[in-house]
Amino acid sequence: MSVSERPSAAPPTPAEQPSLLEARDVTRVYRLGKDIEVHALRGVSFEVDRGDHVAIMGSSGSGKSTLLNLLGALDRPTSGEVRYDGQEVRELSDTALAELRNQRIGFVFQSFQLLPRLTALDNVALPLVYRPGTPRDRRARAREALAQVGLADRMEHRPGELSGGQQQRVALARAVVTEPALVLADEPTGNLDSVTGEEIMALLESLHTEQGTALVVITHEREIAERADRLIELRDGAIVSSATS
Amino acid sequence: MSLRESLRVALQALVANRLRSLLTTLGVLIGVMSVVLLVAIGQGARSEITGAIEGLGSNLLFVLPGDGEFGSGPSRANFAVDDIERVDRALPAPDGRTAGYVVGAESVQAEGQRVTATVFGVTASYLDVTDRSVARGQSLTSSDVVTGRRIAVIGASTAEELFPGQDPIGRNVSLGSIRFRVTGVLERVGTTAFGPDVDSQVIVPISAAQRLFGTSRVDAIFVRATSTAGIEADRQAVERALTERLDAEEFSVLTQDEIIGVVGDILQILTWVLAAIAGISLLVGGVGVSNIMLVSVSERTREIGLRKALGARTRDITRQFLFEAIALTGIGGLVGLALGVALAQIVAAFAPVPAEVTWWSVALALGVSVLVGLVFGVLPARRAGRLDPVTALRRE
Repeated sequence: MSVSERPSAAPPTPAEQPSLLEARDVTRVYRLGKDIEVHALRGVSFEVDRGDHVAIMGSSGSGKSTLLNLLGALDRPTSGEVRYDGQEVRELSDTALAELRNQRIGFVFQSFQLLPRLTALDNVALPLVYRPGTPRDRRARAREALAQVGLADRMEHRPGELSGGQQQRVALARAVVTEPALVLADEPTGNLDSVTGEEIMALLESLHTEQGTALVVITHEREIAERADRLIELRDGAIVSSATS
Repeated sequence: MSLRESLRVALQALVANRLRSLLTTLGVLIGVMSVVLLVAIGQGARSEITGAIEGLGSNLLFVLPGDGEFGSGPSRANFAVDDIERVDRALPAPDGRTAGYVVGAESVQAEGQRVTATVFGVTASYLDVTDRSVARGQSLTSSDVVTGRRIAVIGASTAEELFPGQDPIGRNVSLGSIRFRVTGVLERVGTTAFGPDVDSQVIVPISAAQRLFGTSRVDAIFVRATSTAGIEADRQAVERALTERLDAEEFSVLTQDEIIGVVGDILQILTWVLAAIAGISLLVGGVGVSNIMLVSVSERTREIGLRKALGARTRDITRQFLFEAIALTGIGGLVGLALGVALAQIVAAFAPVPAEVTWWSVALALGVSVLVGLVFGVLPARRAGRLDPVTALRRE
């Protein structure tokens, strides 16, 4: 697949520095019982550089969820390589993968995935719990992130007391509070009406440009996908097109 | 994740499910409470009984049938009246220091009143040797014992029950079908929760008692040493005298300390048995904790998946759930301990049973409750830690 040729928001990378994220000939086979194998991904290759905005589009069953799991370092490929900063994910232990997710990746999910018992502030601070630091620092950073997504006045509310759009904003704040290199958004507008979805996308994109964070959006909606600088289309576990707009 | 953070998260989860946490911890609470309470009662009984033995006087030697070991075999001698004299003659300075008795329960009747009392058939020196005295009337004499006179010295409680508001001296009582004349009333000793009710005893000459019971045996012989230093010499003399007639295994000569040792051991075992029975409920409580923790893990699968996606390591998740289990049992242990101690005080105040809370039962109960959380929390916690984030996140 083509290497990104676009200028990025981050400072230009020296030629010898490896890409932020590189997938090479990635396959993922699920075994369902003895003789049934599902080839969810059949040799996918692409790269994401610092500051890129990439959309991965496909219908359900195209393998985009599988790809998301691999990009999110939640899963390891059956064959091929997924590299973060040149580091092979398959060679990392579970603990190292957890650290990689914590340090480098921010997740945004379709169903928000907020913990209902925690306030917005504590939800945002959650990834910081798995890093060194005092509760005070964590809360200060979470407050800042919530202010960034425009929820400074809802910090002590629980998810049940917030609208869907507000909940997804909390999730965005949680994704960026760790200052990750990459935000992975899985159908971020899937559970929202079109107006709110538009707001969330605008917010995601502004966080991406302001912080220089790479953004990978996984979606089945063409309008959402076309907002990205690069659009990768998946079908039946393989890339059918990759276009830079 | 820091230890403090793990603990905080665990407590938050418990508070979020207040009722469930309360009910789960109840099992452990009741277990710890019963361990503390039953051990306190067992220990209280032990010190009460050993105290009662100590009250007999420290210079006493007990000559008993059997080899005197807890759980000894069936080789027991039957002492005879001759043996009392044999022992007495063998002592370095015989001066009415030896006493023997035969004991049995008998119905005691007088003027329409009827009680069941412990009847002691004794030699004349019995009251002196066991440090008791007659409050009113007369004690037994040697000639009463030799001739087998049917006279009785009765305990203060028995006197009140049989002759309420009257002077029992000179009256007749029937032991079984035989009439005895009351010559004296014993000094009141007061009751203890365990051990013999001394004040309801009836004391008669040993020869008369043997006829009453239809036996010629003597149940035990006491020797009062003149001093603590003289105990060992007396013991050797008694042993020498009795081995002329009996095998060494057929009888034993024990000091008060040795008796306390044997009885104390038996009661200690009793205490442990009580603790073990209470421990079973603690175990059941632990199973309950394990069960609820498994439910909790399965309910919070998505939370676990999310935490892992956000960077929680297997170890962080395992610790979080393990702390939750330990917090459940630890809190149950603390509250159970407090209730157990309080109940022990109430028992000690209102029941004749004394209760002594010992430091080791407190330490044991708390240690075991934390251990129960650890043991029964490990399985659910490990299951939580090993959950695959991909499948966990997708769980609805």
